[in-house]
Amino acid sequence: MAEFSAWDRDEARRIVGGLVHLEGATLPILHALQEEFGYIDAEAIPLISEALNLSRAEVHGTISFYHDFRAEPPPRRVVKLCRAEACQALGCEDLVAHLAQAGGIAVDHASPDSPVAVETVYCLGNCALGPSALVDGELIGRVDAARLLTLCETQPGSRGQR
Amino acid sequence: MSQVVPSIRVFVPIDAAALSVGAEAVAQAILREAAERGIEIELVRNGSRGLLWLEPMVEVETSEGRVAYGPVTAAAVAGLFDAGFTSGDAHALRLGPVAELDWMKRQQRLTFERVGVTDPLSLADYRAHGGLAGLQAALALQPAEIVETVRASGLRGRGGAGFPTGIKWKTVQDARAEQKYIVCNADEGDSGTFADRMLIEGDPFLLIEGMAIAAVAVGATRGYIYLRSEYPHAYRALCRAILKAEHAGLLGDSVLGSGHAFHLEARLGAGAYICGEETSLLESLEGKRAIVRAKPPLPALQGLFGKPTIVNNVLSFAAVPWILAHGAQAYADFGMGRSRGTLPVQLGGNIRRGGLIELAFGISLREIIEGFGGGTLSGRPIRAVQVGGPLGAYLTEQQLDTPMDYEALAAMRAMLGHGGIVVFDDTVDMAKQARFAFAFCAKESCGKCTPCRIGATRGVEVMDRIIAGQERPKNIAVLRDLSRLMTDASLCAMGGLTPMPVLSALNHFSEDFDRPPLPMAAE
Repeated sequence: MAEFSAWDRDEARRIVGGLVHLEGATLPILHALQEEFGYIDAEAIPLISEALNLSRAEVHGTISFYHDFRAEPPPRRVVKLCRAEACQALGCEDLVAHLAQAGGIAVDHASPDSPVAVETVYCLGNCALGPSALVDGELIGRVDAARLLTLCETQPGSRGQR
Repeated sequence: MSQVVPSIRVFVPIDAAALSVGAEAVAQAILREAAERGIEIELVRNGSRGLLWLEPMVEVETSEGRVAYGPVTAAAVAGLFDAGFTSGDAHALRLGPVAELDWMKRQQRLTFERVGVTDPLSLADYRAHGGLAGLQAALALQPAEIVETVRASGLRGRGGAGFPTGIKWKTVQDARAEQKYIVCNADEGDSGTFADRMLIEGDPFLLIEGMAIAAVAVGATRGYIYLRSEYPHAYRALCRAILKAEHAGLLGDSVLGSGHAFHLEARLGAGAYICGEETSLLESLEGKRAIVRAKPPLPALQGLFGKPTIVNNVLSFAAVPWILAHGAQAYADFGMGRSRGTLPVQLGGNIRRGGLIELAFGISLREIIEGFGGGTLSGRPIRAVQVGGPLGAYLTEQQLDTPMDYEALAAMRAMLGHGGIVVFDDTVDMAKQARFAFAFCAKESCGKCTPCRIGATRGVEVMDRIIAGQERPKNIAVLRDLSRLMTDASLCAMGGLTPMPVLSALNHFSEDFDRPPLPMAAE
């Protein structure tokens, strides 16, 4: 399960400083910040805008345009479930319905305190072995309802402990 | 008999699709079992051969060539050793020599000739299997001759638009600028497509070589590969391959000692489908919101950071080394009409035998879906086939005799796109698929032009009314009107082609637009 550092302004400044020399550095910087902290804290926006000589609005606009970038810390586990046509042909929408009924999990609508979020993604490039999911960077093919529910389980007591 | 027993070479794919069904566990089990039995093996992590329904497909090098077993599970590994699979012996999972497999024998593999054969990250392996011959041939030519070779091959952009690659390169070559760029569009967002991913994971040096040839041809010194973030395995493979290519002098200040500089970098997208549109991709590379640009100016003249830029798909660049190594005519000898060469076809969805098939243009959809694919996975009748991704048309079972050819598909208001085929059985509801096409467009539209931004949302609403049975004839008239407007007035293919799946569903499967509405829960 992905572990992220707590937001740290100085560390963020170091990350930004290390990438600022790149052409079109905004996306590499945003990816690097999210990889470190799990999300892009609002405090990062002035850091980036200063380093790249952009307005805060431009940086905010870039962050908000892309589905990948998060403004809040992520849940402990994110399951990206493919819901594009090739997986539709193999019943991914039945999996979505099953998650809601059997697991009480609403895809794309995780409650803020939930340790797990199931998010829609359009195509993981595994179209001959669908339905597919991506969990912690691992691609999983031929996902069925039981497997999906297992993927959505975090260690017992992982939520709220400590 | 022999003095030295050479270690046995065993191949387990590292391709993401193979990993998705357990290839890593199989690889570990093979290493463990071999160590326990004291059998010396060399485990090679190759790309996938593309017989994805047989993954994880393990191969062993024997005197009769490479012998395949599949689909292998970790639990089956001990039994494979018991049966003597390291000598290619019989076992229930034995498929036979790879070269003799029907699926392989019927293909014409040019671009994918090394994928599954070599270790993707071994430059020595790459060279030993003909790699870099294209670049070396290019370095012996004048830049104009390289471009002419690409033009004469008839290669057309494999991303979907089908624009002649040589003409694009000529435009960039003729442009005068201090800085030019080579950009690879690896934002393979279309559902049903995975050839770019398989190529990058299975033979990344080929893409690098193709881009280097382009750089030498047009005098570009910097290049970027824009790869979607949904492909973490491909990203790792690509970054490692670029590092190795730099160390070997294939990239850097002097490509293979030629004096041509070419610096290449992989960049990750961030989950926006629109970035597959080339101008949106360029905006994203520049660090901005990926808002589509109006054309002209063409990216070939004012592309990345306003400089002349070649933007090509992974498969276009990857076709070039073969063309330079074997000659334009050899490539053009494959194919039909104005579609020359080969197309890596990707077969997915509800299909018994899905995977990657590289074929000369001209084979019929039916031969691919029935001959290669063996019909649906569910065993039910095929009802609809979507070709060319989410913006491509849905075809009926009766239309499957159409050849894979840009013009033949365009003539029936369909498109080849990036060569993805998604099969649906008879449980599909085509009104829902039409609704999805709009919903997808609404979610992924960049928002710049009104027909796409507003039209997609209105399309979802109209489809909801049709599905609910409200004033169907009137709403279908609105649907056609809206589709025409989006087709004619959208800025790019996102809004412009969304009506293609919608109208094909409406025209070919009209019965699904006239079903009794589902009773409401409240009733």
